[in-house]
Formats: sequence, C-alpha cells, structure tokens
Amino acid sequence: MANNINLKIDGVDVQVEEGRTILDAARAINVHIPTLCYHEDLCVAGNCRVCVVEVTGARALVASCAMPVSEGMEVETNTLKVRSARKNIIELLLSEHNADCTNCYKNKQCELQDLASEYKTSGEQLYMDLVPLKNYTIDDFSPSIIKDDSKCIRCQRCVRTCEELQHVSALGVAYKGDKMKISTFFENSMFDVVCTNCGQCINRCPTGSLIERNYVDEVWDAIYDEKKHVVVQTAPATRVALGEDLGLEPGQVVTGKMVSALKRVGFDSVLDTDFTADLTIMEEGTELLTRLKKALVDKDPTAKLPMATSCSPGWIKFIEHTFPEYLDNLSTCKSPQQMFGALAKTYYAQKRGIDPENIVSVSIMPCVAKKFEADRPEMRSSGYKDVDYVLTTREMARMIRQAGLDFNALPEDSYDSIMGESSGAAVIFGATGGVMEAALRTAYEIVTGREVPFENLNITPVRGMDGVKEVTVKIEGTLPDWSFLEGAELKTVTAHGLTNAKLVMEKVKSGEADYHFIEIMACPGGCIGGGGQPIPTNMEIRKKRTEAIYMEDAGKPIRKSHENPEVVAIYKEFLGEPCGHKSHELLHTHYKARHRY
Amino acid sequence: MADKYGRKRENLLHILQGIVEQERYLSDVALTEVARELDLSAAQVYGTATFYTFLDTEPRGKYVIRVCRTISCDMKGKNRIIQAIEDALKVRLGETTQNNKFTLLETNCMGWCHEGPAMLINDQAYTNLTEEKVIEIINDYAKNK
Repeated sequence: MANNINLKIDGVDVQVEEGRTILDAARAINVHIPTLCYHEDLCVAGNCRVCVVEVTGARALVASCAMPVSEGMEVETNTLKVRSARKNIIELLLSEHNADCTNCYKNKQCELQDLASEYKTSGEQLYMDLVPLKNYTIDDFSPSIIKDDSKCIRCQRCVRTCEELQHVSALGVAYKGDKMKISTFFENSMFDVVCTNCGQCINRCPTGSLIERNYVDEVWDAIYDEKKHVVVQTAPATRVALGEDLGLEPGQVVTGKMVSALKRVGFDSVLDTDFTADLTIMEEGTELLTRLKKALVDKDPTAKLPMATSCSPGWIKFIEHTFPEYLDNLSTCKSPQQMFGALAKTYYAQKRGIDPENIVSVSIMPCVAKKFEADRPEMRSSGYKDVDYVLTTREMARMIRQAGLDFNALPEDSYDSIMGESSGAAVIFGATGGVMEAALRTAYEIVTGREVPFENLNITPVRGMDGVKEVTVKIEGTLPDWSFLEGAELKTVTAHGLTNAKLVMEKVKSGEADYHFIEIMACPGGCIGGGGQPIPTNMEIRKKRTEAIYMEDAGKPIRKSHENPEVVAIYKEFLGEPCGHKSHELLHTHYKARHRY
Repeated sequence: MADKYGRKRENLLHILQGIVEQERYLSDVALTEVARELDLSAAQVYGTATFYTFLDTEPRGKYVIRVCRTISCDMKGKNRIIQAIEDALKVRLGETTQNNKFTLLETNCMGWCHEGPAMLINDQAYTNLTEEKVIEIINDYAKNK
C-alpha cells in the first residue's frame, strides 16, 4: 500500500496517497480548481495552466494537475495572485479563440465559456483579439466529425485521446509557437486520414473545435413533411445516458420516457435497434458456428478463425486501416443499425404497406462513426439509403429540448410494433462484453440444447472495465448435430478501446493466441462510452451507465435473442433461416482495405 | 535511412534530416514511408517535421538561401541583401526559382551577429554581406555549381 501524505489546502488538513496530485487532494475535500487540458481518462499534459495554485516556498505558481503532493506542503488555491493569473490565462486563450458563442454548436456546453463566465473576463486587462490575424481553417468534409481550428485552445485532449485510448493518432501537434496547431497528416481532411470516426475526441474537446456533423434540421424537415413516414430506431446505450443531457443523474434508465419523448417529437414510428441486435445474434451466432464447423470438421481454409464482431463502425474502420489482412476474419454481419435500416425499407415497408420511397429512416446512436457507416456505399441493400440520418444521443437531447418537452415529467411509453421487441441480450450490446454474452447465451443453447451454465444467465467474466478479457467456455453435452464440438473449449476475447483492440490483434498476428471469437468495441466501456454520448464521459459515469444497462437486462422477461417473438416471426415470414439467401442480401456486407498512413 | 539510423522514435529526427540532405525537402510520400518504417502515425511524423524550421515540407531548390532576420543583421541591412537576391534571382522571399536551383528564405539568428548581415546557402555560412558581394556569391553558385 502506498504511503499517505499530509498537506494543507487553504488551511484545511488533507491526507492523500503518495503520488497523487494537488488537484486530486483538492477534489478530495471539495475545493474546486478549474481545469481545461486535464481529463480523468488521459495522461497529464499541464499545458493550459488554468489550474495554477500557490505553494508556499515555490518560486512560481504551480499547475495543480501535474504537481505531486509532498509531506507538509501548504497550498493556497484562492489568492489574488492565483485568481489574476487564471484570469489572464483565460483572457489569453480567448484572444485567440473565435468567441462567436451564440452561433456555436457548443453554446452553453463549453468549458472555456464556463470559465470565462466564472472569472467574468471582460477583455479589459488584456485587450486583444488575435482571431482576425489567424488563418484558421474549418474541415467539414467528414460525414461524422467537423474540426474548426478557430475554436481550438490547443489543450491537446484530442491528441492524447487519439493516441492513448485509440492508438490511432490521426491528430497530432504540428508547427510551433504561435503557429502551433492540432493537425492531421499534411493537414488533410479528417475524412482522408486514418481517423476511425469514433468521436472520442469530440467527447473530450472542451470547446466547439471538434463536434459531430449534426442532422437535427434535416430530421425536423422529414418530420414536418406529411408525405414522409419517419421511423426512428434507438440504440441500446442511448437509454442509459440520454437522461444526463436532460438534467438527470448518470446511471438512470430512461427507456420509457425516451420512447414517449420521441413520439411527441413527431416520429411516426418509434422502434428499437435492440430488435436487430437480437437479429445480429442469430446471424452472427450462426455464422460463428458455421465457421467452426467448416474449419474444424471440413478443414475448409476459407473459413477464417478467429471471427471478430462487426457491430462497431469505429473498429471496422480501424481494422480496415491497420490490419487489412484480417478483413476476412470479420463477421460479415452488418451492424444492428444497418440491419435495421435495410429491414425498415423492405420488411417493415411491406408489412405496413408503405412505399419505401416515402420512408425516412433515422437512428439515434451513442456513436459518431455510425454517421460514416450509414454513408458507406455498401449500405444501400434495400435499394435506398438504408439509414438516412444518424443522430447522436446529444442531438436527440437537443431535439427533445427544442420540442419544449419536460423530459422528467413524461410518462413511460413502450416501443411501437413491428421491430420494437427485444430481449435482455440485445440491451447489453451497449456495454463491453455484451455482444459476447448475448452470443454465448444463444450459441451455447443451439449447440447443447441447454442454457449457458452461469447463474441467471449472467456471464460475469466477460463484463467489467478490464481492457482485455479472455474467457474460455467449455462445451459439453452437445446435441447430435453439433457433436464435433463435444468437449471443445471455445476461446473468446473481449476488448474495448482501440488501443486494446490493437493488443488483441497483435497477439492473433503473432500466433500467441488462438481465439475462436473476438468482440471489439472501439470506445472505452463499449457503446455506453461512445463518442456520441453526453459530455462529460469518464470512468465513473461509464460504470454507472454499465450498471444501468445490466439492470435493464435483468428486468427483461426475455433474456435470450432467439426467444424474441418478433425475431422468430421475421425468420418465419420474411428471412427464412439465419445466414440464408435473403439474410445475405440484406443483412450482410463486405469490407474494404484502406491505407494505414 | 531507417536501416542506417534505427527504427526507434528517437531516431526520427536523424532520419528526417538525412532525407532533407538528400532530397532538400520532405514529401508526403517520404513522411509516410518513415511512419511505416518506425511504426508511428503519419500525423506524429508530420508534427515533428513541421516543428523544425530546417525540415522543409515543401519542395525546395538545390541551394536554399537563408538570410538572417534577427535584430543585429536587420540593423546591418538584411533587407537590402534580400532585395538584391530577389532582383538577381527574380523570386520573392519564400519562393523557388523556375529552374529549381535556388530557394530564398529567412532564418532566425545563426550566431553571426558580430559579422552581420549573414546568410546560409545550404550548410555554408556567408557573413559581412554587401549587395555586391551577395550577387557575386550567387552568380558563382549559378555558374559553377
């Protein structure tokens, strides 16, 4: 155990572990120190200096986010020197910041604006506006991410996010001094570089410099167009996070209120991505078992193992750039969003007797990469663009506010039919390990005719925030059709965050690991920590959202995908069998190798 | 280059300098290759390349002329020197001649303050410049090198 250190902050005694910073100590006793470049998920940068404090005996002010505590240290956080230094720093940042706040997408959700307000900056001390002198650029070529350098304060949270959490480093620091900027390779558009569109940078940007491309106005237009039938699908992870953007505490399940709100906003049919998550399990589970059979019994070299999940579009783009030689290992299943889109304009249109031409398909996702995914040319198998508009959880919250709804006071409502029914297995798609758990619940039962041998179907070893989780499931007592799997050990691995994805893939590449099934989610914590989720997102909030999602699963009457009655019905009425001809046409896709550099 | 200097991140600067020595600038193709060899991201390599003034990311002429712009040389008349070179080569500051032989740039202090105005042509320093002297030097490069 680490030693404890005693220090005084503003005259109050405080004890913290050795190696912690002054900022940690101050937070432990609820002393507020402002921060900008600091973020819980990232390494310390100490470049914005806004967290400076006075330490007795120190020559100059010190950055509290970077300074480790020492025995007997005396810290003052609220002296004249500290306050005026902070105010100067904020004004200097503002002098280079395009402070067109009223027209900014992040208006009232901006950390720099909050600090300017807190410190009541007036521009009087340092009257400077350097913005007109700068040659700022706006990169809005990407369907997912817009990068506006005029709002950047160069705190480098995005650079650290891209490097530490995602091991992508699409963004770096270029030039120096007053010309220093956050840049991609040769200042190319985010659309043209190795960016996976995961949006984790957006989730950490303190200003409006990195934002999602928003489609709120387009969706309102569709809703007001009487000829259009607007269907909306909601992803698993949105229902445990939306509340945060509408005044609720993290970790609350708001499924019923969300459905109610979307109906009042004016969507013609409020449906659930969870339905196609269940469908994904049917398709992907069958695909895995087929591959296992081909590889183990038929010795077919085209059946590639390990098979990796394909639900996370950030992960898909990452593997296309980084490990293109492993594209055949990806499941060919489309993500639940895209399966839903393809079915909305075929199956749903047929059943409801609506011309697919007049269907506008909207999805609400915790994700920014989903916007890119919906734009992929492969995603038009219904004959139309399968998903027309993708909104993030944040954009949905904005629409709910714009509609003037008092979210918290709304009654609970339930999803429309068809394509609104789901199992608990689908809900947990939103958390890391969820797809794995859902797939095991179904695949194990197909093979053995019995439920997975875990208490209450909770496969706890695949849950939790460990970056890489290796779990082996022993298959015993198989049904006759699957006797080749008798006694086999199914080796699985679950990873979240692309840095961990890279670790897993390198193990596969070196031959060190012989997994059968890999689940990867691009974002830390899985979709509940997605780039389209409410800001802030940090470890504590991710944990609360995860707890909420498992609570929702436990409360569902149906916990296994293959028992979802609507899933059973769609195979009977429309698709035939999992991985059948029609499924391949509508629900499966292919991938494309992309450049790494 | 990577074989010569090594593939660790700390070898990056040497490699980039080596490429500039050979090719006079760092093309996107060159930087991409370096990133691949060192297993870095292209944006990180670009960051290092743009940080250092002497690592150019734009095409440069065979001879890169860098006139000192810092106070001492400025007071000794570096503007007249630049003017003379501009007239002689028919280029503006920052430009490269049509035949790709010369590029005219400014640089920060090189430590020749006591013998200003000073300039560099590639790695060779020239000091105590006058308008006549600089024309003579450049003509020499144009004819003989």
